[in-house]
Amino acid sequence: MHVPDGFLSVPVSIATGVVAAGAIGLALRNSRAELLDDRKAPMVGIVATVIFATQMINFPVGAGTSGHLLGGALAAVLLGPWTAILALSAVVIVQALLFADGGLTALGTNITLMGLVTVTVSWWVFRGLIRVLPARRWSLAVGAAIGGLLSVPASAIAFVGLFAIGGQVAVPLGPVLTAMIGWHTLIGIGEAIITGLIVAAVLASRPDLVYGAQFQRSAPAAMTEAVPT
Amino acid sequence: MSASSTPRARISTRAFTLWALGIALVISTAVSIWASSSPDGLEFVAGAFGFDESAAASATSGSPLADYSVVGLDGNWLSVLIVGVVGCAISFALAWGLGKLAKRRA
Repeated sequence: MHVPDGFLSVPVSIATGVVAAGAIGLALRNSRAELLDDRKAPMVGIVATVIFATQMINFPVGAGTSGHLLGGALAAVLLGPWTAILALSAVVIVQALLFADGGLTALGTNITLMGLVTVTVSWWVFRGLIRVLPARRWSLAVGAAIGGLLSVPASAIAFVGLFAIGGQVAVPLGPVLTAMIGWHTLIGIGEAIITGLIVAAVLASRPDLVYGAQFQRSAPAAMTEAVPT
Repeated sequence: MSASSTPRARISTRAFTLWALGIALVISTAVSIWASSSPDGLEFVAGAFGFDESAAASATSGSPLADYSVVGLDGNWLSVLIVGVVGCAISFALAWGLGKLAKRRA
């Protein structure tokens, strides 16, 4: 999903750069309320590191195509949406500057697509789902997984939207949109599995470090009840 | 740690941090050898519709770590090891720094 330089016009690249910079500025201000005490765990760094590492693993999704975790849902549920934007931006910046993965002029585009869109979509899907799912611990992992599943095609749709405005090659947009949604829904299944497993692992070991848990219906009582120790 | 108001922590923060970072290092330095080298979803669609040709080399493509491969090591195990360790370390540092910056802002 890393957009290279040259795919999108200069104006669109500048526009997404402004959006990304603005979002990081807002995230720096708003994430303070989400950030845990440092003595608890340097969670922002941990989540960014795990997402960087996991993004190195491209998994096959069918005839000659692969995909990797984007991590928006994982970061949003573990850290909170604003802090998630900081963690994902860090990963995308490191990938672009150090490893030439994703273009330099496309940096704003990639932060927008793989950070802002994935976090926004997955966070609200997660919040909606844990409202209707039973107030049990596994609901948090399921909510994160389904948020992750939907965030990947959402990011693909956003790319096609940008390409419709600033694409440098004339293409039939309808078929491109269909192909992008199709492949990225398959990749989204991988995203859902990885996200669900990691969130479940953190819930099993350190449930207090899962930011999203506080939004569950009657969270503390239900959760201690669900897991007698 | 008050177990009454928050769900019980099963392992210490230190253990959690070491486990998480350790797993990330193993994934990036060892498991990544078996990563699929097929084009990703976007590359595949770009190729199918012919807009892959508009891709330009990044200004950072001359980086000694470009394309997750250390210059001169030809993608061997040492290259994978260096890329994984450096990538994890710098990702951690940058994200942690942004978190610090966010907390310091009054």
